[in-house]
Amino acid sequence: MKVFRRKWTSGSHLYVMYLPALILFAVFVFYPLFEGVQISLTNWNGYSQHYQYVGLDNFKMLFTDHKVITAFQNTLVYGIGSTVIQNIWGLAYALLLNQVFFGRKLVRSAVYLPVLISGLVMGFIWYFIMQYDGGALNDIMLLFGMERVDWLADGSRGVKIILFATSMQFVGQSMIIYLAGLQTIPKTYYEAAEIDGTGAWRKFFNITLPLLMPAIIISVIYKLIGGLQLFDLIVALTGGGPGSSTHSFSTLINSLYFQSQNAGYATALGIVLFLFILCVTVITHKLISRNEVEH
Amino acid sequence: MIKAKTRGLLLPFAGLLIILFHLAPLYITLSIALKKMTDLSSRWSIPNYLYWQNFVDAINGSHMLRAFSNSFVITVGTSFLIIMIGAMAAYPLARVRTKINKWILNLVLTVMMIPTLSIIVPLYKVMNDMHAINTFWGVILVLTTHGLPLAIFTYANFIRTIPRDLDEAATVDGCNGYSVFFRILLPQLKPVTATVLILAGLKVWNDFEFALYFLQKPQKQTITLTIANFFSEFSSNINAAAAAALLAVLPVTIMFIFLQKYFISGLSDGAVK
Repeated sequence: MKVFRRKWTSGSHLYVMYLPALILFAVFVFYPLFEGVQISLTNWNGYSQHYQYVGLDNFKMLFTDHKVITAFQNTLVYGIGSTVIQNIWGLAYALLLNQVFFGRKLVRSAVYLPVLISGLVMGFIWYFIMQYDGGALNDIMLLFGMERVDWLADGSRGVKIILFATSMQFVGQSMIIYLAGLQTIPKTYYEAAEIDGTGAWRKFFNITLPLLMPAIIISVIYKLIGGLQLFDLIVALTGGGPGSSTHSFSTLINSLYFQSQNAGYATALGIVLFLFILCVTVITHKLISRNEVEH
Repeated sequence: MIKAKTRGLLLPFAGLLIILFHLAPLYITLSIALKKMTDLSSRWSIPNYLYWQNFVDAINGSHMLRAFSNSFVITVGTSFLIIMIGAMAAYPLARVRTKINKWILNLVLTVMMIPTLSIIVPLYKVMNDMHAINTFWGVILVLTTHGLPLAIFTYANFIRTIPRDLDEAATVDGCNGYSVFFRILLPQLKPVTATVLILAGLKVWNDFEFALYFLQKPQKQTITLTIANFFSEFSSNINAAAAAALLAVLPVTIMFIFLQKYFISGLSDGAVK
């Protein structure tokens, strides 16, 4: 038996099984990344045969470009903001739906349904709501005797609207994760607390929240990945405008490439985005492994 | 007693408000899609007639049926590859704990976190050199690559819950590592495969980034790209645009209604285990 086990755990012969995956990663992720480093040092326009090496000029320009700085701030708002909002909101829904009442499955489905819709379509739908002329929100404004507002004309308001739209669309994911997490908490804990006369808030902070920790970590990582990469909803709803005030890193790269035909610069921005996400990954990965030790 | 009774009413009422709130965007889209262009009544009111012409315009104005079939081919092809390659890769990663495998798991996590757009320009160049632009196989391979990490993690988590004794018993009976996987483990992966299929399929069906860069040729366009083009070309005909948006959402909505259990358990299983 021991011989078998040793043979098993060495298992070197099984490496070939993840070879197809590794080849795909190499060809479509890491080789482009390597190629990207070279492109980022040029002034390539994206299609021409001719280009020149410009050294680190693209990177130097990034740090003083107000478009990039705005996009960086917005990316943080979309990433962190939507993570915080969706986790609190989703947990609240989960706590509500964890109680037995008529129609709760219907609530779960209705909140979850928008998760399945492409962010692009959702962005266009939000345009119907936020439009100045005939927009659904302005109809409500008129109903209450208020002036109509050109909601998307102001960049900082646009960012908030995008943040809200994406949070409302994807809150169902956090809700489902928390709902599943809540169902793993043994009821006896609450019963014991009730005998001790513990209040609802203390039960929440001393029992629910600590035992929900694995679900919280998964949900936070999920939301962080989604939020920091936000792209299609912005393209559809504001296109990054007015000006470039609602761009995320992703949409700015897209517009630099397609509209400004500045492939070298767009690639440099992509590399900065990659490095930034890498830092976030390392931090979250530390969080996960710490959590694994505790259990 | 009184408190319990009001609670019994309060919760369904709160639930109703939540349902109305989250379905409002779709309701507004439906009301626009059913109206004539000349009808300027509020988007909150469903018209007392049904104007199906918007849906006809949406389908004809954008080659929507072709886009549906393109998206379908890409989704099926990508999901198949993700399931095959993902399950295979997950097996040694879940079962064999070596330094290399730990390193590879970190690599998979990194790939999962890389934003599509950060490498899109060099990836375009690579795809162009491979003559993979405007081909289904090209976009299927790229989508497979980006869908794999989640599939690998989901499969690996599931395989860890299957007792090792089973593998060992098979090994004693003379199976090698590969036949343990193909004969013993693969049949047990059915439930988690439903999860992977739904998560991966949904992501591919809704993909916009890759289609935008790699499938610009009209004959190859997917549903999301068609919707995007429709909105920029026919922005004056907002009613047909709304109809187009609803049509794009229809397939996943129907799937959700019938396979709800899998959609919801898929996400929560991966999260809690």
